[in-house]
Formats: sequence, C-alpha cells, structure tokens
Amino acid sequence: MASTTASTEIGYNSKIEGEVVHTQLDSAINWFRKNSLWPMPMGLACCAIELMASGASRFDISRFGAEVMRFSPRQSDVMIVAGTVTYKMASAVRRIYDQMAGPKWVIAMGACASSGGMYRSYATLQGVDRIVPVDVYISGCPPRPEALLDALIKLQEKVKRDRSAKNLKQDSGPAQYGRLGLRLDSPETAGKSAVHA
Amino acid sequence: MPSAHELAQRLRDTFGDLLSAPSEFRGELSMTVSDAERIAEVCGAAKTACGFDLLLDLSTVDNYGDDPRWTVVYELYSVSASVHLRLKTQVSEERSELPSVSAVWRAADWHEREAYDMMGVRFRGHPDLRRILMWEGYPYFPLRKDFPLAGKPTDLPQVAFTRPAPLEGGPFVTAAGGRDSAQREPRARTPDAQA
Repeated sequence: MASTTASTEIGYNSKIEGEVVHTQLDSAINWFRKNSLWPMPMGLACCAIELMASGASRFDISRFGAEVMRFSPRQSDVMIVAGTVTYKMASAVRRIYDQMAGPKWVIAMGACASSGGMYRSYATLQGVDRIVPVDVYISGCPPRPEALLDALIKLQEKVKRDRSAKNLKQDSGPAQYGRLGLRLDSPETAGKSAVHA
Repeated sequence: MPSAHELAQRLRDTFGDLLSAPSEFRGELSMTVSDAERIAEVCGAAKTACGFDLLLDLSTVDNYGDDPRWTVVYELYSVSASVHLRLKTQVSEERSELPSVSAVWRAADWHEREAYDMMGVRFRGHPDLRRILMWEGYPYFPLRKDFPLAGKPTDLPQVAFTRPAPLEGGPFVTAAGGRDSAQREPRARTPDAQA
C-alpha cells in the first residue's frame, strides 16, 4: 500500500506527456475547431448525391475531421447547403441554421445554392446567402467531391484566422441573424425584425 | 380485347353529341366533352363501362387570349386492354370551375390540387382542394400565361417570401399572346420586352 503511494506521480510528467507547447489561445481554439467541423447535411437536390460521395471511402472526408454528418442542427458546426433552395424550403433552412449552436459556418454547394443556378423562376430562392450568411461558395452543377473537399480546406483556413478568444465574450454570428430568433422575413426586413424579436 | 376506337365509340354511343368524334393524331385518340359540367359523369362511364381503370394524368392548358381560356385534359388508360384515351373539356375564365373526378379515380386528388395550385381552376366536390406545391396564402397562380416567369414579390411573414428572379439573358422566357409560335417561343428577352 505504501509503495504504490510513493510511485504515484503528482503534476506534469514530461516523460509520459511530452514537452510543453506554448501557443496563443486563438491558435489553440482554432486548431480544435478547424479539425472537427461537423457538417449539417442540408441535402436538397442532386448536389446531395455528391455530398454523399464525399463522405464515402473513395474521397474520405474524414481526413479533414468532417466525416461526422449530424442530422441534428444542435450538434453541427457547418451547414452544407447542397441543392436548390425553393422559397417554400427557405423557412426550414433558416430555422435549422438558427438552431445550430455557434460558432457556425455555411457552405453553399453548387450553382443553385450559390445563386439559384438555372432556376430563374418564381419558386426558387436566388442564392441561399439571401437568408443565411455564407462562408464558402462552390461552383459547379453539381460540384465534384474534390471541390467540396477544397471548400472544406478553404473553410479551415478561414477558421484558422478567426479571432476566437475575443469572440468568446460576444454573441457569435452577425447581429441580423439572431441566435434565438426563429422569424423568417424577407432579406430587406431581416435586420429590422431582429431588433423587435 | 377491344381497340381504342371501339372503346371510344362505346363511350360515344352512351353520351351522343356530348362527345365529339374521336380525332386521331400519331396513333393517339382524343375526344372533346362539350359540357364541362358533365365531365365526372363521362369519366365515371369511361371507368365502369369501358374499362379505363387508370387515370394517367390530369393537366390544364391556358389558352391565353382565347375564350374559353382553360382546357382540362384527362389521360385515361385501360390496363386490361392496354389502350389510351384522351378526354378534353373547356372551361371559361369567368367560371374556372368544373366537377372533380376524384370520386372516380383517387389518383385525381393530387392532380386536381396541382391544377388548382398552378392555374387556379377549381374542382367542385374535391375532398381537400388545397395548394400542393406552393404554400397556403401564396396569392398567384404561377403557371398562367400572364404570370411573369420571374415571379412577383410576395411576403407572408413566418411562412415564406418571394422576389422576382433576374432574367437578363435568360434562355427560357416565353412571350404570351404573340402573333405566331415564332414570337411566343422561348428566347432570351430583356425584362422590358417581357413586360
């Protein structure tokens, strides 16, 4: 009994744990974040097929720590809008975005999500950036899985530059997209309604 | 097995002048029902007496500028005889209403909802005539020829909004009411020319 007490290490053991690394808080937080971006797969049309391919073994999205597709917005970090966003679906997309906990990011995958694509019509939202703030746009109809991986790498670079420690003290996300607000309004009135909400 | 001509004639024997003589185009038979109010009756007989047990499609045509404005088209099929038949009927814009055939074929339920949603033609006796593609409260009927392809601005708080889409150089823009098909066909048009 006495011998085990004598051999118990108290404090930091450099032989087991390795050397101490000095870093900035921003770098540490961003490093954690960028290597485990859990996607919210917002698959709305054919782009979602390429999104599924990206998750399969051939393209191996887990190399970037983004293989954990979460179908609950409360557990995801990045919403990948893959497909055509109709006006009827817009309220659901916006609501799911609002339900995601910050910090959160959005990738607009493909022509339709970025700009409405070929659907210049009464029924199609002309780009998902009219209802949620988009971080990375991917061109293509649909984009190859490599393009999605490239977008993830670009998003990682963006996350790496984030002033995370400073933002921890503030409400994350742009003010006009209130975290608790579940209102869906037109883009012109979105900022005003956030004040009333 | 009876041919399409035989079945069409059998239907015509029942209703007489209500049905036009069947016209054939590329092997497809069409008949016009002159009184839209009796379409459910004709469809019921087509199903029970002539064996057209399947409603393949129900669609509407906007003859913009003509009277009557709407043509409602019923695509019938007999599974046992492998025979198609098309029924057409005309509805005026003022009326914009005709009996539902959802009691004859249950498949008509959603087809009629779509026709109502897109064209604004109402089907009397339909069990649940709501919009099916657009949301409840959307104020327009977007497949009408006088509705702009880009759409119109709408706002329904908490539900949805719409904004006109940019159409500069858009390739799929038709012009309603053109003199001939060359003028009406889809071309790149500026918003000014379209208005």
